[in-house]
Amino acid sequence: MAELVQSMDAAFRRGKESELSADPSASDMPRASDHRVSSPSAIERVYRHRLPVRISHWLNVPFLIILIMSGLQIFNAHPALYWGDRSDRDRSLLSIRPVQTAGGEIKGLTTILGHPFDTTGVLGYSGGMRRAFPAWATIPSARWLAMGRQWHLFFAWLFVINGLVFTAYALASRHATSDLVPTKKDWRGIGKSVRDHLLLRHPAGDEAKRYNVLQKLAYAGVLFIVAPLIVLTGLAMSPMIDTAFPWLLTVFGGRQAARTIHFIACFSFVGFILIHVIQVILTGFFNNIRSMVTGWFLVKHQGVTHET
Amino acid sequence: MKHERAIERRRFLKGTLGAASLVALSGCDNLTQSSWFPASLSKAERWTEAAQRAVTPRDALAKEYGAADISTIFPANGNTDPGTKEYAQHVTQNFSEWTLEVVGLVQTPRSWSLATLKELPSRTQITRHDCVEGWSAIGKWTGIPVGDLLHHVEPLPNACYAVFHCADVDDEGIAYYESMATADCYHPQTILAYELNGAPLDIPHGAPLRLRFERQLGYKQAKYVMKIELVESLVGIGGGKGGYWEDQGYEWYAGI
Repeated sequence: MAELVQSMDAAFRRGKESELSADPSASDMPRASDHRVSSPSAIERVYRHRLPVRISHWLNVPFLIILIMSGLQIFNAHPALYWGDRSDRDRSLLSIRPVQTAGGEIKGLTTILGHPFDTTGVLGYSGGMRRAFPAWATIPSARWLAMGRQWHLFFAWLFVINGLVFTAYALASRHATSDLVPTKKDWRGIGKSVRDHLLLRHPAGDEAKRYNVLQKLAYAGVLFIVAPLIVLTGLAMSPMIDTAFPWLLTVFGGRQAARTIHFIACFSFVGFILIHVIQVILTGFFNNIRSMVTGWFLVKHQGVTHET
Repeated sequence: MKHERAIERRRFLKGTLGAASLVALSGCDNLTQSSWFPASLSKAERWTEAAQRAVTPRDALAKEYGAADISTIFPANGNTDPGTKEYAQHVTQNFSEWTLEVVGLVQTPRSWSLATLKELPSRTQITRHDCVEGWSAIGKWTGIPVGDLLHHVEPLPNACYAVFHCADVDDEGIAYYESMATADCYHPQTILAYELNGAPLDIPHGAPLRLRFERQLGYKQAKYVMKIELVESLVGIGGGKGGYWEDQGYEWYAGI
């Protein structure tokens, strides 16, 4: 472990060095030359994502997709959620089921806190099958709980290992504290940041070099709240783990409550991924992808003119 | 030179990414159908078992609940009636002729009638039953600790597993069975229950004897138990995976 941190430290230092030595005028990025501004300092290359962060990020792409889809397969085996320790069928918070209408037609019915919604075609009844989540959303696509569990419990291990390595690195390299935790100044600017986001106005220049406050909150929230929550609620569903750590049941309000929180955390991930991908597209798709692949991010400095 | 490397790395990463999304979306069903991939996935079972056993004290008890927590309806899943002629006869005799045999790798094989079993010291526990499907129900179980029975028969040192043979068969005539590590039989909450919520077990819940193996999922809780066989290896019994559901692809270690 110490060795790992050391080598990650070295990678971190190398990153810093290259950041310092990054001479904007030496930029060989083809896109820079497209730019109208003749001044070379108008485009700055910053080393934005260090290698361990990039690796961890891309590993999470397949891991999360597989965990979500195999999780929906497992959910389909008993498509209802409850609070507490028991699953009293008449007291579900959410249920997704097929129902037959008087005319003999089968419909998908999703009931949330007592409010029924017709979700035929997606939830409850889809593709001519009585199933909560549709075939395109589950791994495997057919109804197969045992196989869904195998996928889920295997990739859960990889997800946890990736998360632990990332966390160790983020703490050791101060990535967590210096890049992800909002500063006092950030908090003061939160109103403006919300407004800017709603107007799809994105930070430019020096401000684009660091995460804005909503970005920090989203990343820190997913990394340090939702991810641990989804792992702990997953473990709280294990009868063996419940005997080793009975406080898990107390903290989450029972095994069925843990299952409900696990589901909510899953859809928090889905929501995060959707917004994240939309933002990546809106704020310069190629620049963003390049920065998460190579580490290098281009920042445009507007209004910087060199009239000589 | 540096630039070239970067391009190469980018190409590699793009390839990986493409492969990853392919795997995650359309390729998953193909992988599932292959023989090597599920075999790799199933390795996680051993990691999970090793990790869970490492963090759980051997005799740590599953949470025991209060009378107020008992489920009004305790669902009966899986087989709800063995449906065989022999079993039907036991039902008409009110299980007076039902015997439990403990055989295999033991010093002194023995069998008990249901009546003599009920005279042995019993344990009552209000515990949560967690089905692999996701639901949970709480019930009050009374039965004989399996460890007590094993003390009577004295398992041999090579008796690694206890196999529970049941009276029920599925539609294809395959007999139901389950197994656990012999060490787990000595867990204080591992009992052969004959009462649920103060009444003799009914047929859907496994009359007259069903296993309670509290720290694992519902499919391990064998119903209609007739025989406990101590063995060195699970190979050659049923499908060889250690249980009816295990032979259908469920994990033998059902702690999660």
